[in-house]
Amino acid sequence: MSQDSRPESRTAPIIGPGHTFGSVTDKISAVVLTGKTPRWWFVGFAISFSLLMLFLYSVAYLLTEGIGIWGVNIPVGWGFDIINFVWWIGIGHAGTLISAILLLLRQEWRTSINRFAEAMTLFAVACAGMFPLLHLGRPWLFYWLLPYPNTMGVWPQFRSPLIWDVFAVSTYAIVSLMFWFVGLIPDLATLRDRSPNRAGRFIYGMLAMGWRGSATHWHRYETAYLLLAGLSTPLVVSVHTIVSFDFAVGVTPGWHATIFPPYFVAGAIYAGFAMVMTLAIPLRKAYGLEDFITARHLDYMGRVMLATGLIVAYGYMMEAFMAWYSANPYEQFMITNRFFGPYAQMYWSLLVCNVVVPQLLWFRKVRATVPLLFVICLFVNVGMWLERFIIVVTSLHRDFLPSSWGMYHGTIWDWTTFIGTIGLFLSLLFLFLRFLPMISIFEMRTLVPEAEVKEGVL
Amino acid sequence: MAEFSEPNELIAAVRRAREAGYRQLDAYTPYPIEEVSEALGFHHNRLPLLVLIGGILGGLGGYGLQYWASVIEYPINVGGRPFHSWVSFIPITFECTVLVAALTAVLGMLALNGLPMPYHPVFNVPRFALATRDRFFLCIEGTDPLFDRDTTRRFLERQVPRSISEVEH
Repeated sequence: MSQDSRPESRTAPIIGPGHTFGSVTDKISAVVLTGKTPRWWFVGFAISFSLLMLFLYSVAYLLTEGIGIWGVNIPVGWGFDIINFVWWIGIGHAGTLISAILLLLRQEWRTSINRFAEAMTLFAVACAGMFPLLHLGRPWLFYWLLPYPNTMGVWPQFRSPLIWDVFAVSTYAIVSLMFWFVGLIPDLATLRDRSPNRAGRFIYGMLAMGWRGSATHWHRYETAYLLLAGLSTPLVVSVHTIVSFDFAVGVTPGWHATIFPPYFVAGAIYAGFAMVMTLAIPLRKAYGLEDFITARHLDYMGRVMLATGLIVAYGYMMEAFMAWYSANPYEQFMITNRFFGPYAQMYWSLLVCNVVVPQLLWFRKVRATVPLLFVICLFVNVGMWLERFIIVVTSLHRDFLPSSWGMYHGTIWDWTTFIGTIGLFLSLLFLFLRFLPMISIFEMRTLVPEAEVKEGVL
Repeated sequence: MAEFSEPNELIAAVRRAREAGYRQLDAYTPYPIEEVSEALGFHHNRLPLLVLIGGILGGLGGYGLQYWASVIEYPINVGGRPFHSWVSFIPITFECTVLVAALTAVLGMLALNGLPMPYHPVFNVPRFALATRDRFFLCIEGTDPLFDRDTTRRFLERQVPRSISEVEH
């Protein structure tokens, strides 16, 4: 009757050989429950937490002094805050893409990366949300953005892309949170049943809400999960499309382009996959999860990055082409200014980071060399940030009237706020790794060879 | 309640229990198995319909809110644009549709499943903790008309489970 004596009928290729239901469960939950917290966790958390404190300090100073401490001014009224907002939101997209679209496409290899990719989405959206809020100048009045009956008798302007953003990003945050939490419920129940102490049993038990794996519950659960995935798929595309409308609906040269929605969505997936890999590569090493996040996963993610990177490159090409083809002098000047103007260095570095370096991913050997893959992902992360910088700043700093031209540079407070949100992101991530299963346990169980249902035995 | 260590054994046991006439039974598995709920005779699921209704209400609500605010309650003339500029209402309508539909999917799933329910009699069985690890359980409930302490136990024994336990109520 013992499972281990049974010969392996078929080795699932996306999970290391020799795993059983029990071993998968034990290995993942041990990281949270019984495993000793490794020293690097404390070191990493300490660094992230000090960056988070830097963020709180910057925000406190911002609230006392006002946004004059930032580099934004006329003509560049959208600086680091919008750049960082778009950057962070884009990073979040890979999480939803992995968990929703790949689920609908029945790509089983997503299973071992979806949980922490979703967590990454949530934390990235939290970081992204900081910037528009702080940019308001009086963040405590943020609720004026919501449509609620008020004594002023004023409503938000529903024709404005900025209010679309409020709806898109808040919907995205809520739906991502629910998707993540629904995915966690059965695993929380596992942690409840395996927790060695009372506090763990109580906390995980409350969070699991009494999940007991009943077949009828699973049936509805699966339906709900699939429906959520189906809803998240158009949602994730709409969110970055609406973010791109912030630009594309304006008439500023360089922003007024129909290519923006698909180009932004592709860029978001590109940046997101780069971030997933940047995190997954050190994590699988640190926790010895190489048999769950296999070379095949890295290979596939590399391919997705290559494909989306090419779409993004096409977007750059189209921007230049449309500037020439439209015969619009302002558009043409914008492109010349982008190529050879004061920010030319950043533009060319962007092309190197986002277009030239990722071409290495064509080679199977490169996709199999983990350290090289890691370096390429870092390049893409930087490149995508530069892309948002170029879009926001080069268009604004020299528009229609030469008399109103100006330059923009982030101040020290811009940088501390940006680096601070990285601290917020990493702190949340470290806490997540410590207290929740970073890989979906119940979905890993379905990949174990014994999970196969044989009609013959009945 | 009988404990099995293989999904196939559980499915076979569920089918035989149904054949024997038991109706008040439930199976517990560590991951979703379609065949188990099929064997239990559970097909109907009202969730998709609820989500559809939620989505439609959300979409109508979102559009209605914008229409009411920009046409009736507080019309603003911006450069002569129509008050009812429906094209610019689409993004928010879409977001509201998704939001309400997703909320319905999650809350509906929990409500139909009767969660949260921190206490349930099956948790009284010590070995039941393994249901979230690698074991499969079949529980024939005492409310079943055919239920009899001894015959049911003998029936379960014939399914060669790893163990049989009685659920304290």
